[in-house]
Amino acid sequence: MSIYLNKDSKIIVQGITGGMGSKHTTLMIEAGSNIVGGVNARKAGTTVELAGTTQPVFGSVKEAMAETGADVSVVFVPPAFTKDACIEAIDAGIGLLVVITEGVPVQDTAEVWSYLQGKSTRMIGPNCPGIITPEESLAGITPHTIAGKGPVGLVSKSGTLTYQMMYELRDFGFSTAIGIGGDPIIGTTHIDALEAFENDPETKAIVMIGEIGGDAEERAAAYIKDNVTKPVVGYVAGFTAPEGKTMGHAGAIVSGSSGTAQAKKEALEAVGVKVGKTPSETAALMREILQSL
Amino acid sequence: MEYQAKELFAKHGVATTLGVVVETAEAARAAAEEIGGVTVIKAQVKAGGRGKAGGVKLAKTADEAFEYASNILGMEIKGLTVNRVLVTPATPPEEEYYFSFLLDRSNRSYLCIASVEGGVEIEEVAKTNPDAVKQIAIDPGTGVDEEKARAIATEAKFPEAVFEQAVDMIVALYKVFVEEDATLVEVNPLARLAGDKLEALDGKVSLDENASEVRHPDHAAFEIKDETDPLEAKAKEKGLNYVKLDGQVGIIGNGAGLVMSTLDVVAYAGEAHGGVKPANFLDIGGGANAQVMADGLDVILNDTQVKSVFVNVFGGITACDEVANGIKGALEILGDEASKPLVVRLDGNNVDKGRAILNELNHPLVTLVDTMDGAADKAAELANA
Repeated sequence: MSIYLNKDSKIIVQGITGGMGSKHTTLMIEAGSNIVGGVNARKAGTTVELAGTTQPVFGSVKEAMAETGADVSVVFVPPAFTKDACIEAIDAGIGLLVVITEGVPVQDTAEVWSYLQGKSTRMIGPNCPGIITPEESLAGITPHTIAGKGPVGLVSKSGTLTYQMMYELRDFGFSTAIGIGGDPIIGTTHIDALEAFENDPETKAIVMIGEIGGDAEERAAAYIKDNVTKPVVGYVAGFTAPEGKTMGHAGAIVSGSSGTAQAKKEALEAVGVKVGKTPSETAALMREILQSL
Repeated sequence: MEYQAKELFAKHGVATTLGVVVETAEAARAAAEEIGGVTVIKAQVKAGGRGKAGGVKLAKTADEAFEYASNILGMEIKGLTVNRVLVTPATPPEEEYYFSFLLDRSNRSYLCIASVEGGVEIEEVAKTNPDAVKQIAIDPGTGVDEEKARAIATEAKFPEAVFEQAVDMIVALYKVFVEEDATLVEVNPLARLAGDKLEALDGKVSLDENASEVRHPDHAAFEIKDETDPLEAKAKEKGLNYVKLDGQVGIIGNGAGLVMSTLDVVAYAGEAHGGVKPANFLDIGGGANAQVMADGLDVILNDTQVKSVFVNVFGGITACDEVANGIKGALEILGDEASKPLVVRLDGNNVDKGRAILNELNHPLVTLVDTMDGAADKAAELANA
């Protein structure tokens, strides 16, 4: 078991013919993902050779799904076209939509989110590393070589902190690791992932990584209090970030007194989540929990 | 800044008075003469509380305009030097309202905030009389048409005499919000002037940088060069994601989250080393090649406060040997310019090869440390030496 993605997932890539798309499709195939094709309206009917496989290029997500039975799409199209790519995939009824693209205008994401309401698609991202169920499937750009399968569920706003944490706990391994992205508006949230990990029998403990900005971590804390029985360890980045400055992620900006790392840490600790001061201390806290299970 | 917000207001049909932006007291006098009558001299900086800081003055004559402008120009408001003042006709409001559209992160939607009480002291009103501050959710899918604007104006209780003008203004302000890709469009105060004329007296617009990049090349003109830190300006020129802070340990890392985390770890480590702090945020992203590394080091080494540099890279997509070669190449490019100790921590993909390259290089300035915490401690120690 795992969450959202497993060995049976059939994945298509929107933007498979682009630089990022072809590079990471190759890496996904090497990670063991079942990639069944890609989409590029201008190159419909052609094929691309990637990692020793021949991938068909379809004119639309709808056509790709009909021909291949795909249920996951990974989006690598440039930011100006991301909104249309997402709406196309939602209209086609894709089950899981993983949007890797960085730099998407936030109003585009807001429109996509509004459009997605009441429809059957789960969106992860944008501006995220995607999702990996080690030794089964990768839909995104997380290096599959960092860690194998295991009992830890990981949800993080940040890509490199996802990698860092997987590396720190590589001797235990992960059920699924999901990078939800650092934009102000994202599809899948910490709470969604916590709920899925709680319901996943393979996940024994959860690491949650947050960062300054917004109130997602505070909301997650409230959710954990009432709904999560599995042990959760947390980490929040951005204690030293100054107010009003954007720290790389569009969402990582502290405005006023709310959204600070300290407030998030306190909210998590108030519901019994152990919060590490550094990534390695966080890993050590999780290690203790795993050893006592 | 206010005058820029007003330009965007005017562009989309929001009733406002642009006034004249000037950079000298002499020009302020000329502007006041041309406008005639009583004028307002307003400091133009990207900060709130300008009035309280003495940056807004009422000038009865052109000579007074000259006098106030000379006082205000050069003044510091919240750490920002005032280089421009806006001269507008004084139009005393009979009533002041508040209105804004903004991005609502928590609900993944847009929000409209409106109040017919207060105006400038909106935060106070929100505390003492929260019912008077209306929050109305806006669906990004359907937006704000005339009908929705009417519903907003009704809920906010805009008075009869200005109701139709309010409806028009709400529609126009939503156009500013959507067509300019703003994350905030605020009018404060929205004023009822003599003769029941509704006008945006002051305003603020925050633009989404992603959208400006993708589809608003004209937004680049809003950037005020003289308010930007020179190191930040240099970094921006080289396409680096850099933020200057007040500290002694220069930071280079890959990935926004990891770099933010690095700042924290350095600040903790600094507590044991004379309170040294991180000097900057610098995310070199995925491809840490020699040129990017050299550009990054170049910016950081030009920060006179910096005493040591911490390069913290986790090789995910990027391999550590590429990063090590990047550091090696950067040191060659910089030559004698590289004058401060470098603490390097590499982990992840091809870490052994990466560390071997740096060990072989055996550069006198470079110290390789295995863990992030250990490297932060070493960098803090060197910065305090």
